[in-house]
Amino acid sequence: MMMSDELFEYAPAPESRSVVRIEESYGLFIDGEFVSAKQTFPTIDPATEEVLAEVSEAGAEEVDLAVDAARTAFEKVWGPMPGRERAKYLYRIARIIQERSRELAVLESVDNGKPIRETRDFDLPQVAAHFFHYAGWADKLEYAGYGTTPIGVAGQIIPWNFPLLMLAWKIAPALACGNTVVLKPAETTPLTALAFADICRQAELPPGVVNIVTGGPETGRLLVEHPGIDKIAFTGSTEVGKRIARAVAGTGKRLGLELGGKGANIVFDDAPLDQAVEGVVNSIFFNQGQVCCAGSRLLVQESVAEELMTRLKERMATLRVGDPLDKNTDVGAINSAVQLATIGELVASGEAEGAERWSLECELPERGFWFAPTIFTEVAQSHRIAREEIFGPVVSVLTFRTPAEAVEKANNTPYGLSAGVWTEKGSRILSMAQRLRAGVVWANTFNQFDPASPFGGYKESGFGREGGRQGLEAYLVR
Amino acid sequence: MSAKKKDAAEAPARLRVRKTYKLFIGGAFPRSESGRSYVVNDSRGEFLANASHASRKDVRDAVVAARKAFGGWSGRTPYNRGQILYRIAEMLEGRRRQFVEELRDTGLSREDAETEVDAAVDRWVWYAGWADKIAQVAGSVNPVAGPFLNVSTPEPTGVVGVLAPSGTPLLGLVSVLAPAIVTGNTAVVVADSPLVAITFAEVLATSDLPSGVVNVLTGPRVELAPWLAGHMDVNAIDLAGASEELANACEEAAAGNLKRVLRGLGTDWSADPGTVRMTALLETKTVWHPIGV
Amino acid sequence: MTDALSVTPTNELRGILHGLPGVDQVGVEARAARLGTRSIKNESKARAIDLAISMVDLTTLEGSDTPGKVRAMCTKAVRTAPGAPAVAAVCVYPDLVKVAVDELRGSGVGVASVATAFPSGRAPLAVKLEDTRQAVADGASEIDMVIDRGAFLAGDYAKVHDEIVAVKQACGSAHLKVILETGELATYDNVRRASWLAMLAGADFIKTSTGKIQPAATAPVVLLMLQAVRDFRERHGRMVGVKPAGGIRTTKDAIKLLVQVNEVAGPDWLDPHWFRIGASSLLNDLLMQREKLATGVYSGPDYFTLD
Repeated sequence: MMMSDELFEYAPAPESRSVVRIEESYGLFIDGEFVSAKQTFPTIDPATEEVLAEVSEAGAEEVDLAVDAARTAFEKVWGPMPGRERAKYLYRIARIIQERSRELAVLESVDNGKPIRETRDFDLPQVAAHFFHYAGWADKLEYAGYGTTPIGVAGQIIPWNFPLLMLAWKIAPALACGNTVVLKPAETTPLTALAFADICRQAELPPGVVNIVTGGPETGRLLVEHPGIDKIAFTGSTEVGKRIARAVAGTGKRLGLELGGKGANIVFDDAPLDQAVEGVVNSIFFNQGQVCCAGSRLLVQESVAEELMTRLKERMATLRVGDPLDKNTDVGAINSAVQLATIGELVASGEAEGAERWSLECELPERGFWFAPTIFTEVAQSHRIAREEIFGPVVSVLTFRTPAEAVEKANNTPYGLSAGVWTEKGSRILSMAQRLRAGVVWANTFNQFDPASPFGGYKESGFGREGGRQGLEAYLVR
Repeated sequence: MSAKKKDAAEAPARLRVRKTYKLFIGGAFPRSESGRSYVVNDSRGEFLANASHASRKDVRDAVVAARKAFGGWSGRTPYNRGQILYRIAEMLEGRRRQFVEELRDTGLSREDAETEVDAAVDRWVWYAGWADKIAQVAGSVNPVAGPFLNVSTPEPTGVVGVLAPSGTPLLGLVSVLAPAIVTGNTAVVVADSPLVAITFAEVLATSDLPSGVVNVLTGPRVELAPWLAGHMDVNAIDLAGASEELANACEEAAAGNLKRVLRGLGTDWSADPGTVRMTALLETKTVWHPIGV
Repeated sequence: MTDALSVTPTNELRGILHGLPGVDQVGVEARAARLGTRSIKNESKARAIDLAISMVDLTTLEGSDTPGKVRAMCTKAVRTAPGAPAVAAVCVYPDLVKVAVDELRGSGVGVASVATAFPSGRAPLAVKLEDTRQAVADGASEIDMVIDRGAFLAGDYAKVHDEIVAVKQACGSAHLKVILETGELATYDNVRRASWLAMLAGADFIKTSTGKIQPAATAPVVLLMLQAVRDFRERHGRMVGVKPAGGIRTTKDAIKLLVQVNEVAGPDWLDPHWFRIGASSLLNDLLMQREKLATGVYSGPDYFTLD
């Protein structure tokens, strides 16, 4: 660990893994039952590379079963059920999540590699809040302005960066509107979705309303192309999003996509500087930077660039990288070897293209997938690290001279998911917020989320919104 | 060629001055860069005009014009956009007789043609009024669980490709175009009935609508639509006027840059349109700011 | 600029103070709260507790204080508990300085006196200076003065500044702690400005509160003051200490403060010379937790003296 030579070293403060029992193997959750598939695949702890469990891989047969179960549940039970009854199921689920939050937080940290501080203080409270929020919508749809007719069976494919939270973002509004779902968690982080299946059983949710099919890209493809699916909701990379959009074209299926980003975090010279430094840290090192809306491009006004970089590096020196289950860990493990390789490849390109790299000096564990928090300066818009999503703890710093230049650089990307603005001047905030082409603009803050707040992208960052009243639109017939 | 031979005795005392139907791009009326044209006949097969046969390069030019106009148009105050749209309705009303005649050429009875023009004017007026209201209906102040002001506002998505619907040449065109531009988008329209569409462009050109906000192309949709659907600087496409087959191809091409695709939203242009054609071309932007002293 | 003794024009000070970066309330509170989630365990906790004890300014500032009460507190200050370190200093009213000095002679524990018409500071400058001189003459090694909050809020920065300069002069070799009374300054921007104003005027320490006004030493206020001393050293090369006081009662509170010192100002400040905690009941809680760590069982108040 760091700071070993300092007077006040923090002793390890590990959260106990005993609060969660991980099975040796898991089946698929179809029609209220766990059923095993022919194929299985391992899921590992990215901090140790230890195999946690064998998980079933859903093939064509199992996806058929899941879609059929969802269809039957939609037609017979969930679709016709009065909204107030659906609401109570969702409230129940929200409560059980709160009750089991410690267990779920540990499980998420173990399977994903993210720090327990984040799963405990961010992911789990947000998951419960999301179900709680949408529970209340179930019997109020006629006031939302999007009609009250559910679409039918939703196929939902979610990423590995916020496994349970993305599940909540998908399942809560779908169920509130009267749809049933077949959800595929990411290949590397299936465990909390399977724990959620158990929560559905504890809540006595009617069988078939929620079906969880684990698997890889092939399972995802089967789900996308399944004729029994009425709506596809996908969160993941822009590349896969485009593939899905092509596959869905002409089928009449509704589609919602929440994809990649290359968010610009803009710091003016009159910014509340210490909070801006904090905002930068939060924008790119939260969840190891594996966040689609990360502020991966830091645009700093030239007149304050040097001071900001000095303060940023000082602040970064206090980041604690290591065991995700240690309550003092700020930066945990990268989710997979594949993702680590992607980060490494892009970072190498940054160095090769002439940007200046500064990485935090810290001891990284020998096993597992780790990447030290990294800053690139002397970055030009044309560098790959300024254009491509790295999806890791790496920030590319560019400078600007005027507000117009900041806007121009910020918008100069095919993405349009998030942006940040730091300045004490109110009118400038409003002007910047207006001109930035991004679905969420954080002014004097970053990476804030709330179930009541619509989230989603412009341009190639996808379409449709999740969260709030606007989030209902995706699950109702228009 | 169906222009009938006419006897010398039939020559009128005064020869009517015809209009050349060209394209409408960036506020100007150029011919197609390809130099091509095609014959437009009336419903009885009589020659009406040679319409410009737009090419893929005209699509390209139109998109450039639309993109150039986007910043200014979306940056106008909603009140100003509403006024300009209302002005367009005024101009449309003023040309009522001309549109009735052009619609009759497409085969409509006088009564049906008059009904369609009236409906088109009324629809345009209806949409004009939305300019400064849609944000209040589609936007929200969100009660988040923290010390933040959190506001969601609808914003135009950008450049919209529009395949104008068939059947109701003016009402259909108006019903897909008005909801696209009233919120600040700019549009490239591939027209269905070329003559009505270009006459409508003349209305736009005389209504203080900034150049490039609407661009009208005439020519075969199967030829032009795929270029529009595949264009990486187009943000959305309305497939109202596409056949099933063409729409499928366009939808697939639109995936290239993840365009918003409008399809299956209903084509009964006499029905209450609702807000769906506007909201489908809007992005929701959510802005957060801390609340503190 | 650091130890300016001349009368400073308000305009110049305004330029400096209003040129400091603003403070976003939500951001600073979120950062402070997050630092508060650090989990300090086992040997780290043991070290932290002893460090915290050695940083305590054991304080009694009551109208009912008597020589007997002060003498008892001084005894406790030296003999905190078997094996535990002594506190840094005691802190008393000026008229009781002599009692404390007599009691603590040779112990290594300092005597701090509040001064300058504590806690309101509402007295003529001459009275404040005499208050200070008397305490120093009676043997106080540290003076805890209060700033003129009224003048500060009225924008009369020069008055506040020059008063601190004058008190500093009256202190002679005694260390000057400048109490900002952040609870009356109302905004975080003011806390930052007042911190800089005090440092520019020559403060050896900046201190949050008198303990008579709520809120007192809140986590965000301490965080801001730690940032101020960090930035001041960077710009002027002089180190200034920080003393939170008021409302710090539990070991958990004290450890959170040390985490802040460590991560915001840096480990250089993890020293009684640069960081003090003004408290009274805190000491016994620290001693109780210390006992728990040593024996493995929870202790009770009956096992610690109430002096």
